[in-house]
Amino acid sequence: MRVPAVENLGFATLKLIENLGSIAMFSVRILSTAMVRPLRIRRFVNEVYDVGVLSLSIVCLSGFAVGAVLGLQGYDTLVRFGAEANVGAMVGLSLVRELGPVLTALLVIGRAGSAVAAEIATMVTTEQLDGLRMMSVDPVDFVVSPKAFALVFVMPLLAALFIVFALMGGYLVGVMLLGLDGGTYFASLESSIEFRGDIVPSFSKSLVFGVLVGLIATYRGFTSEPTAHGVSAATTGTVVTASVCVLLFDYVITALWGV
Amino acid sequence: MPNGGNWEGPGAPDVRTPPGEREFRIAADGVYLKLGGRKVFQGLTCGFFRGQISVVLGGSGAGKSTLLRMIGGLTRPDRGTIRVAGVDVSRLPERQLYRVRDRIGMLFQHGALLDSMTVFENVALPLREHSQLSESEIEAEVMRRLNSVGLENVERLYPRELSGGMNRRAALARAIVKDPEIVLVDEPFSGLDPINVRRIEALLTQLNQELGITLVVTSHHLASSLRMSHRIVFMVDGRALSGTPDDLLHSDDQRVVQFLEAEKNQSTEAYVSAIHAGGGAG
Amino acid sequence: MQPAPVRDFVVGIFVFAGLAAIAYLSMQVGGVRGPGGFVLYATFDQIGGLTERAPVVVSGVKVGQVSKIGLDDDLRARVELDLDPDVKLPIDTSAAIMTQGVLGNQFIALEPGAEEEMLRAGEEISFTESAVLLERLIGKFVNDAGLKED
Repeated sequence: MRVPAVENLGFATLKLIENLGSIAMFSVRILSTAMVRPLRIRRFVNEVYDVGVLSLSIVCLSGFAVGAVLGLQGYDTLVRFGAEANVGAMVGLSLVRELGPVLTALLVIGRAGSAVAAEIATMVTTEQLDGLRMMSVDPVDFVVSPKAFALVFVMPLLAALFIVFALMGGYLVGVMLLGLDGGTYFASLESSIEFRGDIVPSFSKSLVFGVLVGLIATYRGFTSEPTAHGVSAATTGTVVTASVCVLLFDYVITALWGV
Repeated sequence: MPNGGNWEGPGAPDVRTPPGEREFRIAADGVYLKLGGRKVFQGLTCGFFRGQISVVLGGSGAGKSTLLRMIGGLTRPDRGTIRVAGVDVSRLPERQLYRVRDRIGMLFQHGALLDSMTVFENVALPLREHSQLSESEIEAEVMRRLNSVGLENVERLYPRELSGGMNRRAALARAIVKDPEIVLVDEPFSGLDPINVRRIEALLTQLNQELGITLVVTSHHLASSLRMSHRIVFMVDGRALSGTPDDLLHSDDQRVVQFLEAEKNQSTEAYVSAIHAGGGAG
Repeated sequence: MQPAPVRDFVVGIFVFAGLAAIAYLSMQVGGVRGPGGFVLYATFDQIGGLTERAPVVVSGVKVGQVSKIGLDDDLRARVELDLDPDVKLPIDTSAAIMTQGVLGNQFIALEPGAEEEMLRAGEEISFTESAVLLERLIGKFVNDAGLKED
């Protein structure tokens, strides 16, 4: 007796395992090419510019806005318990533990992850990667590695800037709009956040997210079909897959390490 | 002509082939390939001589580009062998392929220059990666090649700022910058106006005559193919018929005849409708 | 690829800004202290709500933070203070646990003494004043009030 639903599930599972296997091999390739000369520093720096610098405006603006909203909402809630002096702590803790790494990752996925996937997929379609192979240049070494490493490198930096701008947003709202004392804001902020328990896990999360985005975006682009449809599928697929993975991993990390 | 209508043998090696050389420089033997469920090659056997311009003709989807990719090692056959300069590239691991590719330059259909780099950087890439030349030597070489394909003052431009024809010529410069023995050219004439077609044809012929480069060219364009080639490989039904251009024109094989008819009619139609359009307006 | 100095400069600034942000968050907010701190100890009967990382203050100026809290053999609270290296405190300095405002966080206030000899790293502050627990104060007040009525 054939049950289509079960067959589909089995097929999907096998496909998933197959994909995970390919991604694993792909990441090994990226690592191995990066460890061998030539080191492609120049290309890495260019990619950091494309991925990081060009994401700065959206990250900082969003950070500021999120911080302001947190300040507003936080004050609104805390004032009911007479605990509005703790706004700094509330804004800071939410940002450092969750919102900083996760929101930054989602912004980077949208801005840079999709661009990387699209660029690599286009290079597949226009035979640019084949051209490299014919010149005896490994496309993974020349094109993929710099982009992947740039995404990993840039993520914690952008997350830090997001958090700092958000703290400023919270400060502006709390102190200038709502009349909180500036010193209290920072005092409660600084006393509630600690390095080992909060900052380290926050940036570790960012690094993990960076690895996820770097891998998924480049893999999707590299394995795309050499058609216009393939490019678009790679781009949208990257945004969806990477976003879901970031949120999933966020839960797993938070649950496992109590961050 | 050795074999009347069914010209599947080596065909006449003519003046360009070094005397005494009966061996193919590039040879496909018994190649079978399935791509995406479709049977592309079913027992393909054909060869190309050193120092000749060979054109691979055939209808769309006949596998012309795929043959070129197999010679370059970009696609592997399911069965059979592909020998290039004595080396079987069909089973060679990627790392060792690089040594063979050193002697091959490839010009892709749309140029395939890296769009993130300038024309200069693109043409210089093979030298920067694989030669020990100094920057000034590289600069001299690159400018020399660009001049030889008739491109001036484009070094600082990006590929997207060039026309289709110029793009291809720049890509050709890149393909020959390391003095390869063999150059594979994929559909050089597609989408070009007649002037540029003549230009490219002249360039390729020049490469072959002055530098002795072996050219394998895929094409749709019957007129240019017949004009510039020493050898034609006609691909049909997953296999190949080979011979001189003359062999092709006088072949009895129905498939060849049909192909020629269709090509002739197409050109004639285009010519006729162009006259009518001009006549109508005039 | 050709070097592009402006682009490199911008990347450099970006990386610098990011690292500076991380450093700010780690040190100022997270309370990582550089090496070269000056450690003192103080033992209290009652520390109340004092937590690690609470500020240590002299004349209202923050000079360090509480780095460790534990119990000594007599089951009194032993607090380790991590102070700025250039702080000089006489050996008769006293440490008191204070509260910010009425309901705020607790911190340690150091009152310098009059002696000429200074405390050295690892030494114990002799004079300590424990935290005042609000509940005890209220309980005492209620008790006293009750007693008065009798």
